Amino acid sequence: MKVKKKTIGFAIYLILLMIPIYWMLNMSLRSNADILASFALYPKGITFKNYLKIFSDSSWYMGYVNSMIYVTMNTVISLSVALPAAYAFSRYRFLGDKHMFFWLLTNRMAPAAVFALPFFQLYSTIGLMDTHIAVALAHCLFNVPLAVWILEGFMSGVPREIDETAFIDGYGFPRFFITIFIPMIRAGVGVTAFFCFMFSWVELLLARTLTVTEAKPIGAIMTRTISATGLDYGLLAAAGMLTIVPGAMVIWFVRNHMAKGFALGRV
Amino acid sequence: MEKWENNKAWFLVLPVFVIVAFSAIIPLMTVVNYSLQDIWGPGQSVFVGTEWFEEMLANKRLHDALWRQFLFSGLVLLIEMPLGILLALAMPKRGWKASASLVIIALPLLIPWNTIGTIWIIFTRPDIGLFGAAVNKFVAFDHTARPLDAWITLMLMEVWHWTPLVTLLAYAGLRAIPEVYYQAAKIDGASAWSTFWYIQLPKMRGVLTIAFLLRFMDSFLIYAEPFVLTGGGPGNSTTFLSIYLVKIALLQFDLGPGGAFSLIYFVIVLLFSFVFYQALQRVGQGEKV
Repeated sequence: MKVKKKTIGFAIYLILLMIPIYWMLNMSLRSNADILASFALYPKGITFKNYLKIFSDSSWYMGYVNSMIYVTMNTVISLSVALPAAYAFSRYRFLGDKHMFFWLLTNRMAPAAVFALPFFQLYSTIGLMDTHIAVALAHCLFNVPLAVWILEGFMSGVPREIDETAFIDGYGFPRFFITIFIPMIRAGVGVTAFFCFMFSWVELLLARTLTVTEAKPIGAIMTRTISATGLDYGLLAAAGMLTIVPGAMVIWFVRNHMAKGFALGRV
Repeated sequence: MEKWENNKAWFLVLPVFVIVAFSAIIPLMTVVNYSLQDIWGPGQSVFVGTEWFEEMLANKRLHDALWRQFLFSGLVLLIEMPLGILLALAMPKRGWKASASLVIIALPLLIPWNTIGTIWIIFTRPDIGLFGAAVNKFVAFDHTARPLDAWITLMLMEVWHWTPLVTLLAYAGLRAIPEVYYQAAKIDGASAWSTFWYIQLPKMRGVLTIAFLLRFMDSFLIYAEPFVLTGGGPGNSTTFLSIYLVKIALLQFDLGPGGAFSLIYFVIVLLFSFVFYQALQRVGQGEKV
């Protein structure tokens, strides 16, 4: 009986969660005039005009391509630098380790509004303005610390005896780390990859500040729907629906890593 | 866990340090520069010392925004942390149901922040929005007119948007607990509650600390969603710190006070995060039986 109550509660939550998303879908299948004219629980005359516009106009769909490029770059960079660092934090004591660990997180704590201007100046000076790598690097500021923190948590959950056994068995550090240790914390790697992807995907202030045309993210392009007549809500909702797709795919790919956890005693 | 003492571990941390410091230090120093000068054009500025800081610290509207911010973040943490943990415990553990739940739960996190605000504008409109229309059948509700309604709407949006983050982290933490712990608990005849309290919660300490700090920081720095949905209104009732900061710094283009404000803001977040972090570390140590 208790189990059932839990499941029902969870199902209700999922339904509540889907309602605003359903509303976005509903809006995306209607014309802007229709949305603003009347309330409709479901779209009466379904139109795919909004989606067609996005797929046929390169200034729209290139936004998705740009976002995908810098977000992927950022996720790869963040994970590859954060994995060894998180290992160091979880296994070793070294000079300034605690300060360093907390300092990393402080980089997520600054209000972005005023900091955007120096970012613009910095990246203009080194000639990286309007490139994908500029946004990827800038997003490392908040994603790398996050990755280190999440991974450290998972790594600390792995008993140190596993490392010791592997080293006694004659594994070198790189081989141990890649073939034994990382597979053991793949739940953590999956979650971290998803969070890096997600935060870089939805961050707009820095992405918009550092790009002009060549690397403009989809979120910035969406604000262009503001015209003399106000927002085109239908088009914006369609673009919003499409922004969900890549992230949903990422979580689909990492779902097994998240769900399986790790099996103890692999060594 | 006892750690090995080895300063060579710095080599593993060095890439992280370089990549973060690259984007962190110069912008921070530039903002410190702004905060100490009166800037009225490119290359035209004068050193003013701590004048902006004094002005900002005495600013009544900043104080109001700060209290509002504390209330908002407090409510966010009080609602989202327990709810997120409960949901993670209730989530299916394997099979297609687990996969489907994971994907559905992650959906709100994936929408750009300004879009979320815009969708909720229509969603909560009394005439053409599902939520607005449904609620208005029972009570008059309008977030553009009444402060309380604006707060309720914002909290709903915030909880809808960000509880999944806590859930996903807690869920991953739960999945990382080896099966043997549960078997041991079963043999001991532990109740569901004591399994949760003595095994699951302490084992989730790491991920929950991150979830807590992330939710604190991000809700304290929230900007895009309330700005789009309520614009800080009605009146100033939802003018949070970031919204007020942008009003000062960018709309009036006052970099000096804006810089000082940013640094004060930064220090507040830093201080609280540090206290929370220390406290959460301590709690975890106590629970290790």
